Amino acid sequence: MSALGTIATASFRQYSTYRVATAAGVFTNTVFGLIRASIMLAAISAAGGELRGYDALQAATYVWLGQALIAPIETFGTRELGERVHQGEVAVDLLRPTPLLPLMYAQKLGRSSFLLLARGVPPLLAGAVITGIALPESLWSYPLGLLSLLLAVTVAFLADTLVNLAAFWVLETRGLGVLYMAVMNLLSGFLIPIVWFPDWLLTIARATPFPSMIQTPVDALSGRVGPAESLLPLAVQAGWVAVLALAAVLALRAGERRLEVQGG
Amino acid sequence: MVRALYGSRLRSQASFRLSFLADLGGQALIVAVEFLELWVILSQVGVLGGMTLPQVAVVYGLGALAFGIADLLLGEVDGLSPMIRSGKLETLLVRPVPMLLQISSLDLSLRRLGRILVGLAMYVVALGLAGFSPTPTLLLLAVLAPLAGAGIFSALLTMAGAMQFWLIEGREFANAFTYGGNYVATTPGAVFALPMRAFFTFVIPATLVAYAPTLALLHLPGPALIPGWAGWMGLPTAILAWVLAALLWRAGIRHYTGAGG
Repeated sequence: MSALGTIATASFRQYSTYRVATAAGVFTNTVFGLIRASIMLAAISAAGGELRGYDALQAATYVWLGQALIAPIETFGTRELGERVHQGEVAVDLLRPTPLLPLMYAQKLGRSSFLLLARGVPPLLAGAVITGIALPESLWSYPLGLLSLLLAVTVAFLADTLVNLAAFWVLETRGLGVLYMAVMNLLSGFLIPIVWFPDWLLTIARATPFPSMIQTPVDALSGRVGPAESLLPLAVQAGWVAVLALAAVLALRAGERRLEVQGG
Repeated sequence: MVRALYGSRLRSQASFRLSFLADLGGQALIVAVEFLELWVILSQVGVLGGMTLPQVAVVYGLGALAFGIADLLLGEVDGLSPMIRSGKLETLLVRPVPMLLQISSLDLSLRRLGRILVGLAMYVVALGLAGFSPTPTLLLLAVLAPLAGAGIFSALLTMAGAMQFWLIEGREFANAFTYGGNYVATTPGAVFALPMRAFFTFVIPATLVAYAPTLALLHLPGPALIPGWAGWMGLPTAILAWVLAALLWRAGIRHYTGAGG
């Protein structure tokens, strides 16, 4: 247990050394937030001040919370594990005394904590100054929102790991990763809230783990969905964690049996 | 020489047919998914930034086409900083071929054709749906606009690359203007508040890529700061942007000190 704790701390520190990159990321994230907020607010005002439960302030909050989650959720996906499988370096990872998936999860938690604080919170504050953001009515929304965020990071980590593990079977995973990112950005409710979708698309989105990555934590943190009502979406998140964790363990086990590393 | 450089890259990529087709399809799908954002909004509200769905589709298709062309030719300039850090740039510098041409041909990825093809198809179909009535002048603008837009974006990408000679770690900083510019360009410019509209017109000329030409092509009234005739400003803006980009790029190369390798 303490080994994983050390790994998480080290991962947090590792990312904190890139200061210029962090500042650049915050800046870019804020500019994109401004662009997205402009589109959303124009849509709300065209709809007469309210669109399917979102007024201007709720929509702005939705955008800035979404921007805050980009970095810790890693919506652009990671490619490290897939590349290590291709290079054969994964053989070394599999020999380590700490099992691969918990090790990577510890790294992810350390990294995400740093990214949330350094890259997520500043754009959120910028947004609060520029457009204003809605704060939840109930204090319970804060702990439930943070729990939802932890579950969201876990769901995103597991799904991303599964995409990377595909490298055991297919030679080039970049195309798959790009495809995954496009679908995830849409169905997670990152670009627009999923309740704005037409019914058929909403049905598709709800059948996938994607809303558990962005829409659910944003709803819980912003208080748009009250504490009592957010218990069900949180349970759905926990369900996806269980399903995807099982899938990732099975995929890794099957991949290990297939793995063939040349040379030494 | 240009033909030899690009020809070899094209041939090598065409030999991995399946992977190439998957990549191409993936790129095309991304453009379609990104447009879904605007489509969903417009299916709810009808008019966004003073434009209907076919009109927004013209803006989106034109912007995607222009960015696609620029990204195909100079998209890899964005990846300069690892080359600077690893010293790989030295090997390019000693060759008697302009560096920008080398970088451009080195990683010319044909999968980026996907974005161009979808953008072009959307542009043409949406123009038809939006009731475009061509006159010789407007037809000229319709052909000129994607090329001028590609000129603007490729200049922006080059400046973003040149900046990395100074800000090796700050690569993401430029994304706000290149990819952010693409985001703005594919959106009706009237949705932006005045300060942002001014910034993305006069500093980063993103609204001049697709939104302004669309206003001119479809005879739509423009919002404050972007009158209909601004649709013709794409080409002069592209030329000005390239002058600045070339100066910045030269300064960047001069500033570069080898990492020893």
